[in-house]
Amino acid sequence: MQQLLFAIFTMVGGVLACAAYFFGTNWLLDKIFPSKGMTGAQASQNLRITNAIRPWLFMAPALFALAIYLVYPVFESVRLAFHDRSGQQFVGFSNFVWMFNDGEFRQSIFNNFLWLLVVPALSTFFGLVIAALTDRIWWGNIAKTLIFMPMAISFVGAAVIWKFVYDYRSEGSEQIGILNAIVVAMGGQPEAWMTIPFWNNFFLMVILIWIQTGFAMVILSAALRGIPEETIEAAVIDGANGLQIFFKIMVPQIWGTIAVVWTTITILVLKVFDIVLAMTNGQWQTQVLANLMFDWMFRGGGDFGRGASIAVVIMILVVPIMIWNIRNATKEMER
Amino acid sequence: MIASARSPLIIVVHISVLLLVALWTLPTAGLLISSLRDKDQLAVSGWWTALSTSSQNLTGRAASPEAQVEKDGKFVIEGKLLEGDTAKVSAFGVRPLQPSAFEAGKPADLGDGQTLTVNEDGSYQIVSPTRMEGTRGQRIFYTASVPPRFTLDNYREVLNAAGIGSSFINSLTVAIPSTIIPILVAAFCAYALAWMPFPGRAILIAVIVGLLVVPLQMSLIPLLKLYNGVGAFFGVPAKTYVGIWLAHMGFGLPLAVYLLRNYMAGLPREILESARVDGASDFDIFVKIILPLSFPALASFSIFQFLWTWNDLLVAMVFLGTGNDELVLTGRLVNLLGSRGGNWEILTASAFITIIVPLIVFFSLQRYLVRGLLSGSVKGG
Repeated sequence: MQQLLFAIFTMVGGVLACAAYFFGTNWLLDKIFPSKGMTGAQASQNLRITNAIRPWLFMAPALFALAIYLVYPVFESVRLAFHDRSGQQFVGFSNFVWMFNDGEFRQSIFNNFLWLLVVPALSTFFGLVIAALTDRIWWGNIAKTLIFMPMAISFVGAAVIWKFVYDYRSEGSEQIGILNAIVVAMGGQPEAWMTIPFWNNFFLMVILIWIQTGFAMVILSAALRGIPEETIEAAVIDGANGLQIFFKIMVPQIWGTIAVVWTTITILVLKVFDIVLAMTNGQWQTQVLANLMFDWMFRGGGDFGRGASIAVVIMILVVPIMIWNIRNATKEMER
Repeated sequence: MIASARSPLIIVVHISVLLLVALWTLPTAGLLISSLRDKDQLAVSGWWTALSTSSQNLTGRAASPEAQVEKDGKFVIEGKLLEGDTAKVSAFGVRPLQPSAFEAGKPADLGDGQTLTVNEDGSYQIVSPTRMEGTRGQRIFYTASVPPRFTLDNYREVLNAAGIGSSFINSLTVAIPSTIIPILVAAFCAYALAWMPFPGRAILIAVIVGLLVVPLQMSLIPLLKLYNGVGAFFGVPAKTYVGIWLAHMGFGLPLAVYLLRNYMAGLPREILESARVDGASDFDIFVKIILPLSFPALASFSIFQFLWTWNDLLVAMVFLGTGNDELVLTGRLVNLLGSRGGNWEILTASAFITIIVPLIVFFSLQRYLVRGLLSGSVKGG
């Protein structure tokens, strides 16, 4: 309780400090370069100076935080990737050589590519289908809310929920995990799903798909509604059926949005960590890059060189999407 | 959506949406129902049977021979196996391998002329022609059908014993300041990027769009080193709440600035220009006009940031530590998965406490969440 009070106190203090900074620097700037009550030439010169300085005053705290927490670490991580475990000794490419000879790393890369193939595709697909279907029924909004709900649940919470679904009891005793109960009811053998190499990856992916479908659905649903009615009416008059309208008229018009959803989920998949840690911690060949990196950060007192080099690999995988995003955003602004 | 709405296919649509909704909600429903069930029932039957009576294999012990009384020349021990329950015993046995060898109500031969009878209501009777010896009572295995029982005991237990209560406070301590502090910082920056012309503005915006997708993993090791260095230099612990608040602020800023800039850039230019003509400074315009108008975007960001800081595991584990007093809810849950992996009554109740706060936020503020998602993804990037 005491620490909560401390937190609220700090929060109020922090907000007040921010407000004081913005107000104070702004006031100081106007005091040093006054533009009111000055003669014409002096006033306009001062106005130019303040207009040049003020944006940077406004942005300074944010840029400072971004520089420390995101920009500097990127360069530092790249530097550390070429150093030994403590970050002191330059070791060239040996971390990367180790990495590509390491079975666990290759396993992680393989699994990450599986995740990248399956999760964005299925989440987008389900999101699109649900968005299209719920638009046609009167209780569509309720359905959407329920499917969107897992978005608010933490990955760890979701992991517990699904671990319960996958729960395994030895054959003969009553299954309390619903998946095994269904399998047994249909006459099959109960399985410990998490320990079946290769396929267990897909059982983990189901969790992320379950979470992300709602996100895809919300965005694609808005995009579908933005489609001009006339194009659909024209297709109806030409005698197109529902499926044709959906695949030939609606989907092509929202390709841009589908790409955005796809890439957003792709980024998330590259960073997937909590689910694997909570469900298997990389056992039974389910390791992924982010979990492996976390592992090396602390394993045996922490190997910062290897950890950083794995982080750099994740970063390299993200860069193409980053460039694509920047180009899109720049185009958007020029319009 | 116009023509097909009237076609008979609409029933197929209803059914498939219903199926999908069921698929998406059943896992969570199972968790919630299980967390409210009695832990003995939870361990032996699926949550979908929660409303029907469950059949349980139980073990009990009869009263010790010291309690025997003499009746009609025979020695008798009497008692009841189920205390104050409305359960029904269907079968019983005396060996662990044959727990239901005898039907309820029929006498079972224990040897030496002794018989044991367990009745449906749980009462039992051991009858022996000779005085019984020993101090330990007869073990009785029995199968009982127990009516459904719902209880809040699981919640009581995890809040006190499993440490979920203190972790809940830790989570709040992390999430609230991490949500509030960045707002003002981001809003000023977003305003400058949206409405104040200066050289290099386009590049800065591009950099922020790029930073949106930088994986957190890149930041972990350098920041851990930095925190350790700062901690050692000033002689303070490296893992503090202040550290994690600042870290969450740093990681949340790109999204905050980006969302707010998009929103502010969409505000009508006329409002700003008429204010400028009236002689208002940029500071006044921002505080008096832009900030109040941007409330929806601020709300969207706050919800994102709150959900993300509450649900985060990685940042908390690295920058706050994994000690017993420092664990946030997500970290505690991971620990429980390891140490109490089979105790579903603990896990389900803990998980539900973990997800209840985000769910409340989600259901009450869903409008802003959707709006934030749309402006964050569809428009720009």
